[in-house]
Amino acid sequence: MLDDKDRIFTNLYGYGDWGLKGAMARGAWDNTKGLIEKGKDWIIEEMKASGLRGRGGAGFPTGLKWSFMPKPDPLRPSYLVVNADESEPGTCKDREIMRNDPHLLIEGCMIASFAMGAHACYVYLRGEYILEREHLQAAVDQAYAAGLVGKNNKNGWPFDIYVHHGAGAYICGEETALLESLEGKKGMPRLKPPFPANMGLYGCPTTVNNVESIAVAPTILRRGAAWFSSFGAKNNAGTKLFCVSGHVNTPCNVEEAMSLPFRELIDRHCGGIRGGWDNLLAVIPGGSSVPCVPAHEIIDAAMDFDTLRGLKSGLGTAAVIVLDKSTDIVRAITRISYFYKHESCGQCTPCREGTGWMWRVLTRMCEGRAQKREIDMLLEVSTQIEGHTICALGDAAAWPVQGLIRHFRHEIEKRIDDYSANPHNDTVAPLAAE
Amino acid sequence: MSVRRLAEEQPASFEFTPENLAWANAQIAKYPEGRQASAVIPLLWQAQKQHNYWLPKPAIEKVADMLDMPFIRVLEIATFYTMFNLEPVGRFFIQMCGTTPCMLRGSDEIKAVLARRVGEQKMVSADGNFAWLEVECLGACCNAPMVQINDDYYEDLTAENFEKLLDDLAGGRPVHVGSQMGRRSSEPAGKLTTLTSFYGDDGRSGPASDKTQA
Repeated sequence: MLDDKDRIFTNLYGYGDWGLKGAMARGAWDNTKGLIEKGKDWIIEEMKASGLRGRGGAGFPTGLKWSFMPKPDPLRPSYLVVNADESEPGTCKDREIMRNDPHLLIEGCMIASFAMGAHACYVYLRGEYILEREHLQAAVDQAYAAGLVGKNNKNGWPFDIYVHHGAGAYICGEETALLESLEGKKGMPRLKPPFPANMGLYGCPTTVNNVESIAVAPTILRRGAAWFSSFGAKNNAGTKLFCVSGHVNTPCNVEEAMSLPFRELIDRHCGGIRGGWDNLLAVIPGGSSVPCVPAHEIIDAAMDFDTLRGLKSGLGTAAVIVLDKSTDIVRAITRISYFYKHESCGQCTPCREGTGWMWRVLTRMCEGRAQKREIDMLLEVSTQIEGHTICALGDAAAWPVQGLIRHFRHEIEKRIDDYSANPHNDTVAPLAAE
Repeated sequence: MSVRRLAEEQPASFEFTPENLAWANAQIAKYPEGRQASAVIPLLWQAQKQHNYWLPKPAIEKVADMLDMPFIRVLEIATFYTMFNLEPVGRFFIQMCGTTPCMLRGSDEIKAVLARRVGEQKMVSADGNFAWLEVECLGACCNAPMVQINDDYYEDLTAENFEKLLDDLAGGRPVHVGSQMGRRSSEPAGKLTTLTSFYGDDGRSGPASDKTQA
């Protein structure tokens, strides 16, 4: 288990002071100037060596992403954009960073901007996080007043940070949709290439990073890449915020070492599964868009990118949604399907039409009002959506359905059998028997 | 995707209050010159807040003027982003999260309370106090089930404490924002399992605990 001294988010629950004074007492803004004086190459190398993989879901190495930024050009300024549009069902970690430890994020923005040659940073919060926005804005104001950020700041790198917000669109968590939204348009993802590192915000080089990836950077640089990479399995380094929700006794956010076994995570921090371990049905280990994993496969699995990928799921944002045996699993996945139907931006036909189609079929399957051959048809349609859209929302809508069919096909078949075994007067109009 | 249209009855005009106008200009100044369109969401949001939490057509026109954008571009924003209410909502607009993590923790019960006390979705209750809507994940999954009422999150709900919350709001009594079962944020209920060397087992007795907070 991770010791308190190795935790990065030491005010995760807000029991301490979230303002500048409290943050500095916890070690934020300690010798930021010294880190900047070591130069951008050192910072990027150190980030690469730490093995930090992006915390927003895709797990792309952060240091590598930073190194993609082109050389500064006075006509095309570089931007850092922080993706704080946390809307993936199950995920509520960035919220705690922004309301309880916002200075870690601001300091991270400063250092990341320096490493990429950016003088301006926009933090895009989801619109619903109003308290979080107030805290973050107040923390930014404190940092300006203390001369830590701004045109002529103590840390020696001219840097402005702005807080921006959205208005309730999940799709704006996709990086190019986020940039569109930040430019004042509808959040519809752009075709890539060109990638944001070449053509991002206002057509200028831009890097988009998740809140957690940025907020851990200053601590990694202060304590060294070797310290961070000492946690977790190879290629899955570091500490991570896990958001455990659903059928556990005490749902919570917790910072733990990567590759912690699922059983230990739940027993140690979440008071065990509701009704005991025998009552576990399945787990959605990385936010709603990853396929569910049945109990026997996940119980002793390590919670990291590679292990979960091996189970045909993923770590995603480490939003662990636990389902016990009282769960109507078909309905749970149908509700996720409804979510994607609601949040599709409507740009690509497979996603716009397909998400609604899958939801309607699943709604019938919940009651058993379907044909067994429709299960294969549903699977087939989900593969037609996956990979045929501009952004990954189509994939994200398809995967939970595929996971359901992969592991709980028998459950759907049972519903269909039960339904057809009983008389109903609302059945589909009978066809002539010719 | 969902169909969203402007309300049939619209006010004749909309003007920002002087404070909000000053605030709006400060927002526009955040973006590079010629990129003032970036401020469209914050401005529409402030307009909605000023106008009893719903966005009338004159406000959309006003924002289009201020940002030098065609009306249709701003209308597009107002209909695309679901936090803009295009029709009147009650004094307390309740957004109930019904996505899977909340559903697993009992959002059906919360929904039943709303259906019984307030009525159908998107309809303002007879006393003008409440309107409700089932929304998608609000990002407080460790504190499920939860609702957002106007600006504030109310978490760890049960049918009982939610009824009481609605009674208190309707009666104008003070309410506690956040967890309704005494959690500070998203820590495990009862006893901390981490950070105890800073804050003690209960969060309030450790060397780093902020004693000024209740």
